[in-house]
Amino acid sequence: MNEIALLIAATLASGTPLAIAGMGLLLNEKAGVLNLGAEGMMLVAAIAGFAAAFTTGSDTLAFLAGAAAGGLLAAAFGALVIWLNTNQYATGLAVSLFGYGFSAFVGVEFVGKKLAERSAFEVPLLADIPLLGPALFKQHPMVYLAIGLMFALIWFLYRSRAGLVLRAIGESPESAHALGYKVRWIRLGAVIAGGALCGVAGAFLSVVYAPLWVEGLVAGRGWIALALTTFATWRPVRVLLGAYLFGGVTMLQFALQGAGVDVSSQLLAMLPYLATIVVLALISRNPAWIRINMPASLGKSFHPGT
Amino acid sequence: MLMLEARPQPSKAMSAASPLIALALTAVIAALLFLALGKDPMKGLGIFFVEPLNGLRQVSEVLLKATPLIVIALGLAVCYRSNVWNIGAEGQYLLGALAGGGVALWLTTHGIVLPKMIAVPLVLLGGVLGGMAWAAITAVLRDKFNASEILVSLMLVYVAQQLVNYLVFGAWKDPQGFNFPQTKTFDASTWLPTLLTGTRLHVGFLVALAAVALMWVFMFRMFRGFQLQVGGLAPAAARYAGYSASTSLWTAMMISGGLAGLAGAMEAAGPLRQITPHISTGLGFTAIIVCFVGRLHPLGIVFAGVLLSMMLIGGELGQSRLGLPNALTGVFQGLLLVLLLACDTLIHYRIRLRRSHLAPL
Repeated sequence: MNEIALLIAATLASGTPLAIAGMGLLLNEKAGVLNLGAEGMMLVAAIAGFAAAFTTGSDTLAFLAGAAAGGLLAAAFGALVIWLNTNQYATGLAVSLFGYGFSAFVGVEFVGKKLAERSAFEVPLLADIPLLGPALFKQHPMVYLAIGLMFALIWFLYRSRAGLVLRAIGESPESAHALGYKVRWIRLGAVIAGGALCGVAGAFLSVVYAPLWVEGLVAGRGWIALALTTFATWRPVRVLLGAYLFGGVTMLQFALQGAGVDVSSQLLAMLPYLATIVVLALISRNPAWIRINMPASLGKSFHPGT
Repeated sequence: MLMLEARPQPSKAMSAASPLIALALTAVIAALLFLALGKDPMKGLGIFFVEPLNGLRQVSEVLLKATPLIVIALGLAVCYRSNVWNIGAEGQYLLGALAGGGVALWLTTHGIVLPKMIAVPLVLLGGVLGGMAWAAITAVLRDKFNASEILVSLMLVYVAQQLVNYLVFGAWKDPQGFNFPQTKTFDASTWLPTLLTGTRLHVGFLVALAAVALMWVFMFRMFRGFQLQVGGLAPAAARYAGYSASTSLWTAMMISGGLAGLAGAMEAAGPLRQITPHISTGLGFTAIIVCFVGRLHPLGIVFAGVLLSMMLIGGELGQSRLGLPNALTGVFQGLLLVLLLACDTLIHYRIRLRRSHLAPL
């Protein structure tokens, strides 16, 4: 029984960075910007967060450093795709490649360094419930914050005026522009906020989840988070649930190995990536469904008439 | 106030100048970075842009490394021109190395010694088919399931890397290899012949040049190549003309997968002569940069391939001679592509100085 509780706890922890990054990307995409630079932003944030935690010992500073690094890179990405109207696919890819190289370069002196295991936050009373306690209520605070973030995002997107404007820009930047909204600045804001969230996710990986630094630490989670937004048909609740699903698949390989299943570790390590492909194919199968849910201007640049 | 003003026509001159401007800007930032690292910037730049061309041996190494980059980038250029975003060339390269290397390994372990004229083409054919098969997964999922080729092709890179590991740590491991994760050295009959004695430059370089010529013919002289590009530039026009989007997708994916696979087989049977977990050093991703810096044009790709190869070798030299971290190459590569995309704005726009108090006419 205890193993199951630990597996659930590990699933939540491993799904959390995907959820945070996925919600950041959702915010980008709701404003009409496709951010293929997520992997690079998470990597740069991961090393920034790790360096901050390693030198100052403060997790708060680590997450702030991660958010700042992710936001900064996102601002550069945003300036390119929103003002210079560069191709969003190519630019995002460039940012990812740059982020990989830059994080490896900055992180050279941190390779192989380890941080102390982060202590979990035990929810008073609830943590003492047998089974449920260790499974759900002994987690790093960021795990609970990710759930809070989902509610905040739902409120913002569907209950606030600013969220309405953001969604309008994602659906039809021309109409929003005609109504007098500053399409470019609002998009830039969304891109920076999304990048900062990717940054928090990256810092969570290097400071809490790993907790160490190696080159390429993020290992494709930025791309999985991108797949999550499609998988969730651009809805915050489904992003969170999808993230836990992928977290579960990641943990499954360790659980199977622990249970002594005779499958090579390399084949098991393929699982999260194969799962992403399968799920993406199943969800995208119906083009009409994707078209209805996808922000209409996603990936297209906007030129305001002069 | 600086304003961007749309040009009536895209500037051809800027299209050619933009990579040079981006390269110059990268060099300036690189010089600043060397200063920050406490190294002489001129010496640092020399290591990256001059030293790799110093002497025949170095030049042959640059061309050796440029070979897979050029071959992969040629295929990617077809994809990007037809608006198919295959970013998983790395995975197709790995599968090509596995399939081509697998043929060589099978011949070796079974003690079959074929004449080079037969063995080498067999190995390369294996590579092409391996790369195509891997690309076909992405193509099927895009074609039949509408799944984003960007994400699928990229996810398959991670799967391919694990597949390489699975084989070289398992079934394909050399029994006499002191338990190192690597295959046997292939039999000499399967090695690509070298072009110049005393260097590692092999026939693959000529194959790459032939591929450049063929690709030029395909893109600019063949109807199918034209159809693909119409599909990329104006999907609606292509539909109206009755060009099948599905055929374009498959053509682009098969060409790029096959070429990436070919590059993988040429590396396996060329300089490496065995398969190890480190059979790729991110060449499939570097090739994306080669493709864009080369303006998606076969000839441009040759120059860009040599340039990026110089940067890769410069990175190794910088590590051994100046004690610079090898990761610096990755920074410069990424920077080059980001700056290039920014400079490309000048193809469609020009910068105008406009005083804000003047009302627009």
